[in-house]
Amino acid sequence: MSKIINTPLTDEVINELKAGDRVLLNGIIYTGRDAAHKRLVELIRKGERLPMDIENQTIYHVGPCPAKPGQVIGSAGPTTSGRMDAYAPLLMKHGLKGMIGKGLRNKEVVDAIRKYNCVYFAAIGGAGALLAEAIKESEVIAFPDLGAEAIYKLRVENFPVTVVIDREGNDLYRIGKEKYKIV
Amino acid sequence: MREVNVKEIANVIERLCIESNYYLPEDVKEALQDSLKKEESPLAKEILQDILKNQEIARRTQVPICQDTGLAVIFLELGQDVRLTGGDLNEAINEGVRRGYKNGYLRKSAVDDPFLVRKNTGDNTPAIIHAKIVAGDKVKIILAPKGGGSENMSALAMLKPSDGVEGIKKFVIDTVDKAGSNPCPPIIVGIGIGGTIEKTTLIAKEALLRTVGQHNPNPEIAKLEKELLEEINKLGIGPQGFGGRTTALAVNIETFPAHIASMPVAINIQCHVARHQEAII
Repeated sequence: MSKIINTPLTDEVINELKAGDRVLLNGIIYTGRDAAHKRLVELIRKGERLPMDIENQTIYHVGPCPAKPGQVIGSAGPTTSGRMDAYAPLLMKHGLKGMIGKGLRNKEVVDAIRKYNCVYFAAIGGAGALLAEAIKESEVIAFPDLGAEAIYKLRVENFPVTVVIDREGNDLYRIGKEKYKIV
Repeated sequence: MREVNVKEIANVIERLCIESNYYLPEDVKEALQDSLKKEESPLAKEILQDILKNQEIARRTQVPICQDTGLAVIFLELGQDVRLTGGDLNEAINEGVRRGYKNGYLRKSAVDDPFLVRKNTGDNTPAIIHAKIVAGDKVKIILAPKGGGSENMSALAMLKPSDGVEGIKKFVIDTVDKAGSNPCPPIIVGIGIGGTIEKTTLIAKEALLRTVGQHNPNPEIAKLEKELLEEINKLGIGPQGFGGRTTALAVNIETFPAHIASMPVAINIQCHVARHQEAII
């Protein structure tokens, strides 16, 4: 049974999420992958304004396909989040609460998730067509020159994700593997 | 000599770019359905169901299965009795890729210069072209888009001949274990053993083109494929790395004679969106 939650994420909602929970997300999320993360972090370091307020927001690590005529967005599954590890702790320090992606995160990211009470969700890698159906509105709000890597503001309805790293640092990738490992 | 116009090759490549990204091969779909029956983890079952549902949506609504529509990897088998007309073959292939990625609304994922500027080339060219001259008067084209997530988890080792089968097994299991959730399991593992450094990686990639469930014709190698699949599925990584029995759908090994001093082993990892389509002109 999936938990239905709304964005922006509050501490009350995050406190209830446990690694392994299936969640349906509703509301606004922002996209961002390698190049956009690099630019966001450069802006923070220079003390400049970000193109969006990231307080309590969620960033989805994705570079979608172009939309066909009549489509809100093209296929839009997650990319490997580990490439964002170098930037994620600073964004969490500045208010980011949620990340959606796939794959392993490093210790600095897990430490930041615990320190700033955040959550890391995984969407199903390779399920770009299914995930795009849960995206109801899409608009480029920053870095249009980056193409698929630009920042999009998305409105999602019942967007299916799984909690991988919860606020206590529990990691589904470790827990799940240990449970099903045959020695 | 049979004449083939390169414009026809461009047209076929355009079509294959689109079809390979919209339609998951039947054998991969069947392997996913089989694994769903065997899977023990309730969460893993839900994930496998979503993966199957996703390819169905892609097929029905004519959209890419995965947003990473890859670099266009092309295996071209050119019959020696074919005379190509109508222009430059490499340019025609890239023109086919350019049109396929544009008209199919596929993502353009090629960047140049790869370590300095990393500027998107804008049309997903250049294609990665592996051409072979073969007997006959036909042109065979296999198009296999390759995403970055699984490619990044691939590996090469110049093992010593004395490392033997145990050395190969250890390298494969360690590589898959270390990759964990990153290459979007359930995966297909293509393994090349022997040859030179470029030959071994090429046959590892060719191993990914094999129909899922088919084994190497050499019974000893087929046995090793089965053993490795079993060992990998004991790791517990499971679909998407959430834990479960289905970490890999297949292990395919291709071999080539090696130098007396060498035993290179390449592992090319493929995610569950194991795309490839072919055509013969």
